[in-house]
Amino acid sequence: MSNQQKHWEKTRGLLFITLAIWFVFSIGIFLFGAEMNEVTGPFGYPWTYWFTCQGSLGAFVILIFWFANRQEKIDEEFGFSEREDE
Amino acid sequence: MKGNFIDNLPKVYGIYTGGFIGFIIIMAIAEQMGMTAKAIGIAFVAFTVFIYALIGWLSRTAQADAYYVAGRQVPTVFNGMATAADWMSGASFVAMAGGIYFKGYGYMALLVGWTGGYVLVASLLAPYLRKFGCYTVPDFIGTRYGGNLARFSAVVVLTVASFTYVTAQINATGTIASVALDIPFQYAVYVGLISILLCSMLGGMRGVTWTQVAQYIVLIIAYLLPVFWISNKMGAGFFPHFMLADEVARIGELEQQFGFVKNAAADLKSVPKGLAGITKAHSAVNATPWAFISLALAMMMGTASLPHVMMRYFTTPSVKAARKSVGWSLFFIFLLYSSAPMLATLSKLSLIDPNLPTGIIGKTFAEVEAIDWYQNWNQANLMFISDFNGNGTLELNEFFMGGKAVVLATPEIAGLPYVISGLVAAGGMAAAMSTADGLILAIANAISHDVYYKIIDPKAETAKRLLVARVLLVIIGFAGATIAAMEIQGILGSVIWAFDFAMSGLFFPLVLGVWWKRANRQGAVAGMLGGLIAGAWYLVWVRTGGSGFLGITQLTFGIFGSAVSLVLMVIVSLMTAEPDKATQKMVDDVRVPSGKSILGKSH
Repeated sequence: MSNQQKHWEKTRGLLFITLAIWFVFSIGIFLFGAEMNEVTGPFGYPWTYWFTCQGSLGAFVILIFWFANRQEKIDEEFGFSEREDE
Repeated sequence: MKGNFIDNLPKVYGIYTGGFIGFIIIMAIAEQMGMTAKAIGIAFVAFTVFIYALIGWLSRTAQADAYYVAGRQVPTVFNGMATAADWMSGASFVAMAGGIYFKGYGYMALLVGWTGGYVLVASLLAPYLRKFGCYTVPDFIGTRYGGNLARFSAVVVLTVASFTYVTAQINATGTIASVALDIPFQYAVYVGLISILLCSMLGGMRGVTWTQVAQYIVLIIAYLLPVFWISNKMGAGFFPHFMLADEVARIGELEQQFGFVKNAAADLKSVPKGLAGITKAHSAVNATPWAFISLALAMMMGTASLPHVMMRYFTTPSVKAARKSVGWSLFFIFLLYSSAPMLATLSKLSLIDPNLPTGIIGKTFAEVEAIDWYQNWNQANLMFISDFNGNGTLELNEFFMGGKAVVLATPEIAGLPYVISGLVAAGGMAAAMSTADGLILAIANAISHDVYYKIIDPKAETAKRLLVARVLLVIIGFAGATIAAMEIQGILGSVIWAFDFAMSGLFFPLVLGVWWKRANRQGAVAGMLGGLIAGAWYLVWVRTGGSGFLGITQLTFGIFGSAVSLVLMVIVSLMTAEPDKATQKMVDDVRVPSGKSILGKSH
């Protein structure tokens, strides 16, 4: 397998992990919205309500930065990172 | 100042922010000295629009690279701010808190959808399209799949989606201009349009980028300042985002105490159009999982397909920067979106809690009708009360409000000085203008670059191309304003439709263009046109009394459209020949961040 194929395989792996986490916060937890809202969550808000206001939104921000860093590592590992940096 | 403009950006915008805060303080002092509310409103809108126009003029350019992609040198954080302004429209600014106020949980699917979509943008598309080096989204489709038909189909989908969206933004700009400047809506729409064109016409993407950063700063100050101020004034907590749990619980208690009384249809006829009462629980789960998830999913896939957002990531210096920039965009969006539910909570509690001095439920009608702010907003057709049960006191089901009032009227209800209302008007104007600019530019660039330059006259010189681009900008702007002046549909409804149209036609052709090498021209064309037609058909069918299926509504028709698009694209691709070697090599190159972009620097 060529260098480029390995790089793409790893990139695809990272994509699946990223999409799995994305799925949990955007879809998974809202399957159980009614049950989860009975429980008190962060800062005293009901759990589901908190996720829709802040939790999921914040998770997406963190997820994107995490994804970007991981992808940069993968690119470096295979020597595909760009030379002209900002 | 020494050095070039890009290096000095933090300093330039630091001074700008300081200057804007200084302006707010001057206005506050002027108010104390007797400046009228109307004059303050005019000063806020006129001052900010003047600054944007100035930036637009300073960014003028005669180079294709600067006009289409801002010279590809916008740093990540600033591109994040520009994208956030590009993204957060008049609907986000003016209507979102109102939607949450009235519909609660079911509506908050939009918060999740309009943020979660950025994960798809960052992981599936933005870095790869940046590597491609295209000027527009149809540019990618046209080169990846090859052929004028594919390119043209992408332009059609882009135009349908963006145009649906832009009329809503020009409508919002006009609404705010008409209130702040006190002129009729029909004229205000054109005042708004001219302000929008001032930002984009001379500098294209470069002008839009630097005005959008300026607009983000105005809109975020205008949104956050009142939320914090009201929360502190009410004694609800000094940092509302972490401290409103008691208030949320209190609203739940009051809902129990008052109950949601259903009004008779005959009574509701007397309520002015567009106003609504509180009929749904504030924080309880009031929608089925599928209703919530399908709306969120439609908005997420729509986010990843809207060209005016995608093209912002063409302006970053590198692929790496494009990825990071998506993160920054979402961070800046998060600041506003996470505040909207807090504003809705504060607004609702201050109106319905009889223990608060501002609460009106439980007061007599004579008392409420004597309140200054009630009279103002009743006159503006945004508030209405009616004694349906004839007992003389105001009940929860007898109070009606317009969605915009949550953002526009809450500062006044909470007793904040008028300078805050002026600031909010400037913020709303900034939000609507920045989105309208991005959208009009996306449409005009697609038609000028992809239809005129790539299909009609590939030999055209730069000067001529840019002239065509600018003429188109003006034509599309006026077309949008003319339709906006007719006031066909509400702001929020048409925004959601735009997402559905975009995802129906573009989501899978874009994603599979990078992630599935086997996808070919025939498949992509079938996917784009088939998806768009299927989505549009479903919308028309449901609007004309069709029952729909699988719980897909007129707000989520994109789920049907994109499913059709995916199936068609896969089947047609597999039935026809696989893409040639050159195209497969192109896809391989796109997947690697280093090396030259696929399209030359100025193509």
